[in-house]
Amino acid sequence: MYEFSYKKVSSVEDAVAAMQSADDGKFVAGGQTMLPTMKHRLASPSDLIDLGGIGALNGISIDDDTVTIGAMTTHASVAASSEVQVAIPALAKLAGNIGDPAVRNRGTIGGSIANNDPAADYPAAVIALGATVKTNKREIPGDEFFTGMFETALAEDEVITAVSFPMVDKAAYMKFENPASRYAIVGVFVAKSGDSVRVGITGATPCAHRGMRLEAALNGNFSAAAVEGVKIPVEKMNSDIHASAEYRAHLVKVMTRRAVEACS
Amino acid sequence: MLTVKMSVNGKPVSAELEDRTLLVQLLRENLRLTGTHIGCDTSQCGACVVHVNGVSVKSCTLLAVQADGAEVTTIEGLAKNGVLHPMQQAFMDNHGLQCGFCTPGMVMSALDIVKRNGSAVDEATVRKELEGNICRCTGYHNIVKSVQAGAKSMGG
Ligand SMILES: Cc1cc2nc3c(=O)[nH]c(=O)nc-3n(C[C@H](O)[C@H](O)[C@H](O)COP(=O)(O)OP(=O)(O)OC[C@H]3O[C@@H](n4cnc5c(N)ncnc54)[C@H](O)[C@@H]3O)c2cc1C
Ligand code: FES
Ligand code: FES
Repeated sequence: MYEFSYKKVSSVEDAVAAMQSADDGKFVAGGQTMLPTMKHRLASPSDLIDLGGIGALNGISIDDDTVTIGAMTTHASVAASSEVQVAIPALAKLAGNIGDPAVRNRGTIGGSIANNDPAADYPAAVIALGATVKTNKREIPGDEFFTGMFETALAEDEVITAVSFPMVDKAAYMKFENPASRYAIVGVFVAKSGDSVRVGITGATPCAHRGMRLEAALNGNFSAAAVEGVKIPVEKMNSDIHASAEYRAHLVKVMTRRAVEACS
Repeated sequence: MLTVKMSVNGKPVSAELEDRTLLVQLLRENLRLTGTHIGCDTSQCGACVVHVNGVSVKSCTLLAVQADGAEVTTIEGLAKNGVLHPMQQAFMDNHGLQCGFCTPGMVMSALDIVKRNGSAVDEATVRKELEGNICRCTGYHNIVKSVQAGAKSMGG
C-alpha cells in the first residue's frame, strides 16, 4: 500500500471539506473494497477520509411504506434487522448473503453502491425496488445512479447519506454466486407491486440494469413460464473465467424464474 | 504518523504508526502476537480474523487506526491460565487442524458463529458461516465437527 494521510471526520460537512482540500482524496467506509484495492496499488489516494465516525450515517428507519438505510449501515446490521426482515425480507436476505460474516461486519450499503462492482448484490435491489439514493447534495433515482462499470452518478466530493427503499407486495433475489467470493455471477432481483413488476439484474453485464424485456413479459403474466420466451441478448453479457456470455444469458432466465417462483 | 490506542486481549496498547499500518501488522510486527496469520492479499482466506468490539473482522482489511479505542481479541487472548478455551480444545480433540495455518482464524470465526447462532448450531449453518475461512489441508469436515463440539462445550 502506498503512503497516504488518514483523516477521521465526525460530520458529512467535514468529510466534504476534507475531500475538497485533499490532493486526490478518497472516502473509506467499511474498507472491504477500498483497502484491498489500495493493497494491490490499484488505487493510491493522497488522503483517506474515514466516514466511520459519522454517527448520522448509521442506522435503519422505517415508516409506512419506506425502509431507509443509512449509508454506513453494515451488511450484517441489515441482515439481522427484524424490521427489514418484516418490511422487505428479500433485502435482509440479500445482505445476509454478501461475502462472509467478517466482510458483512464491516462492509456497508453506501460503499457497495458507490463502488458499483458489476457483480455486487445491492445494485440489483436498488434498481428493482426503485430505491432513491440520498446524498449531501440531492436525491438520485436508483435507475439513474449506476452509470457504468464501477461508475455512478456521484461527484468526487458527494457523500451518500442513505438509501430509501419503497416497500413492495412481493420481492425475491436469486443469485448464482461465485463459490470463492460469493459475488454474483448473475443475480436477479424481482419486485412486484400491484400489477407492476420490476427486474434488477447484476453480474450479467458491465453495469447493473433493469431487465426491460423480462419486465414486459412478467407484467402481463407473473409466472415462471412467462420468462421462457424472453430473448436475452448474448452479445451484451460479460464473458470471463467464471462464465461465458452464453452461460450468463442462460443464468439470467434461470435466476429470474427462481425469483418469480419465490415471490409466489 | 499517528498515535493509536486500543485494548488487545485486555491489555492497553499504544503505538506510533504510519497511517497505512494495517491492524494485522500492528498485532504481528509491533505486538509480536503472531498467532494472527496472513494467508492472502485478497481479503478472502480468513487466517487473519480477530474480534474488534466483539465481532469478527479480517485484520488484514482494517487499518490499525480504524480500531483506535476498540477492544481487540486475538487467538492469544482465549486461553486462560494455561487452559485452552473450549473451542481450541475442541479443535484439538476432533483433529480440526493439520498444518494449523488457518486455525487461529477458524477458531475466532467459530466463536463469532456460536455467539450469533447458539451452542446447538447445526452443521449446515457452520458450513455456510465458515465461507470466509479457507483451509488448504483438512477438507473442512473435522473443522465443522470441531466447531459444533466446541459450541456444545461452551454451552455447558
Ligand atoms: C472477500 C469478499 C467478498 C465479497 N463478496 C461480496 C458479495 O458477495 N457481494 C457483494 O455485493 N459484495 C461483496 N464484497 C464487497 C463488499 O460488499 C464491500 O463491503 C462493498 O463492496 C464496499 O463496501 P465498503 O463499505 O467496504 O466500502 P469501501 O471499501 O470503504 O469503499 C468502496 C468505495 O465506495 C466509496 N464510498 C464508500 N462509502 C461512500 C459514501 N457514503 N458516499 C460516497 N462514496 C462512498 C469509497 O470512496 C470507495 O470508492 C466482498 C468483499 C470481500 C472482501
Ligand atoms: S489474510 Fe486476511 S483474509 Fe487472508
Ligand atoms: S490446517 Fe492447514 S490450512 Fe487449515
